[in-house]
Amino acid sequence: MAGVQVANVSRSFGAHKALDNVSIDFADGGFYALLGPSGSGKTTLLRQIAGFDFPDAGRIAIGGESVERVPVEKRRIGMVFQNYALFPNMSVADNVAFGLSVRGEPKATIATEVQRALDLVQLGKLGGRKPHQLSGGQRQRVALARAIVTKPRVLLLDEPLGALDKALRVDMQIELKRIQREIGITTIFVTHDQEEALTMSDRIGILRDGRLVQEGPPEEIYDRPQSEFAATFLGDANIFRGDATGSGIKLPDGTTIAASTGASVPAGAKASCAVRPERIRISTGAAKPDPANANMLTGQVSKRIFAGNNSTYFVDRDGQTLKVIVQNTGAERLAEGQPVVLSWSPDSTVLIAAA
Amino acid sequence: MATTRTIEWLGRFYIVLLLGFLYLPIIIMAAMSFNASPFYQLPFEWTTDWYQSLWQNDQLIAATWNSIEIAIITTLISTVLGSMASLALYRYEFRGKKVLQALLFPPIAIPWLITGTAMLIFFFGVGIGRGLVAILLGHVALALPYVIVVVSARLQTFAPELEEAARSLGANQWQVTMRVTLPWIMPGVIAGGLFAFAVSFDQFVVSYFLSTPGQTTLPVEIYAAIRKGFTPEINAVSTIIIVVSMALMLLTARFFKFGGEK
Repeated sequence: MAGVQVANVSRSFGAHKALDNVSIDFADGGFYALLGPSGSGKTTLLRQIAGFDFPDAGRIAIGGESVERVPVEKRRIGMVFQNYALFPNMSVADNVAFGLSVRGEPKATIATEVQRALDLVQLGKLGGRKPHQLSGGQRQRVALARAIVTKPRVLLLDEPLGALDKALRVDMQIELKRIQREIGITTIFVTHDQEEALTMSDRIGILRDGRLVQEGPPEEIYDRPQSEFAATFLGDANIFRGDATGSGIKLPDGTTIAASTGASVPAGAKASCAVRPERIRISTGAAKPDPANANMLTGQVSKRIFAGNNSTYFVDRDGQTLKVIVQNTGAERLAEGQPVVLSWSPDSTVLIAAA
Repeated sequence: MATTRTIEWLGRFYIVLLLGFLYLPIIIMAAMSFNASPFYQLPFEWTTDWYQSLWQNDQLIAATWNSIEIAIITTLISTVLGSMASLALYRYEFRGKKVLQALLFPPIAIPWLITGTAMLIFFFGVGIGRGLVAILLGHVALALPYVIVVVSARLQTFAPELEEAARSLGANQWQVTMRVTLPWIMPGVIAGGLFAFAVSFDQFVVSYFLSTPGQTTLPVEIYAAIRKGFTPEINAVSTIIIVVSMALMLLTARFFKFGGEK
């Protein structure tokens, strides 16, 4: 087991900069998600770490050892592919045994290790099946068992749950997390699913256009996004744009919004504020002046989407549509077209410097 | 209702007609190889004399062995070289790859008469001349494009992640090829091999150009025998070839079917 260091890695394909000076430290034993839209470079980065492709510049180290020019077969990594890539001509057990077998391990050792790996993913009895006789979730487990049976230094997962349906995906998320904890392997997980990244990982790296936008624990990125992109890509956010005042921003119409978290932006510079929809209170009358309600706006409900445990209100205000999520507490629901007052705390408002 | 039944009946009649057109000459020839009369006279009188005299025709037997030998060696060489070429074309990007791929197809379409003439001139020019070696080289050249086309078609269905997965598990290039890629393309390799065998074993035109009186193949020998005077021995040897060729083609069809299933 080992940590992975990526330092100043760049990679171009022709004129396209797939990775632009990316540096991330993946801690030993951690579960790390690389999150980004398609084309953001997350898969390219994973392939550099795996060794399928070499960076144009920069350093990659696994367990302190420089590997940026070492081919994949010598890196001692385990990888799970998006479509599992199980060998169709081999049984489940032979698939799992492959890595040990090409290394020339004795047959008895292979048999024991394969059984242990299959037991770990709860497929102990299916070793004799062929991949095409398995369900999607089972194939996923075989791919995982095959990747970890060789005791790799790092486990790389390329959107491994993308092909599964929603319910199975949630099961596999829990399962994957359990197995990762059990063997304590450094895991790097590529996904475009923000919920998956939030629920599974210890740390998240958000990529966009080949650059690392922000990196940190899920709570930190969610509560203190450093860019509008990070705020809106990981979760939902209402964004206000204006001029910095020193303690928040002033909108073009003169309304001020106080922010007590986020970046410090010199007064007069362009800045924006991000507020999560669930942090905003919605009411029909003016709220009592209170530090927790220091930010206050009026608007009109344009749409309500009921989702059982909560409702999402879309509130029109001065040409902008704001999103507010209200837990279903049994309180009276607001009708569409109703004038409302929105209020939230400066603590829930993140100040972001203009890009 | 009646019309539907008429159409159905016509359809069946058509198929019978078609199969008759394809197989009747062959069946008559096979039947005549067991008929006692050398002049196709009826009534039919059962005999295996022609097969026995065939057995004593040393020239024909020698040519048969030549044909089989050349076909087997052609199959081995062109299957191995062709599969390797297909893998290289599949895996690597290099200068002139598109041109090379485009140039693989015309030899299939160029008339054998022209290929044969060209080979004859070329082999004389480089000092190989005529004979079994020249025939073998010619057959390999004819069979290679078929193997490459068939194996490449099979490779199109191969998922490149499988090779990547094998490499990520520590397999070197040789292990990846032997344990992952080759098992997948095997139906294509076998089908390509059968094509190569058929191209060589049935080859007349190119062999005719490149053979010498002592060093010749079965089709060329049969042609020479017919020119001298037709004997039902030719029926006998042709029947044997048809049985062997059809068995090979059926095998090919079987492997192609397997290729499509997975």
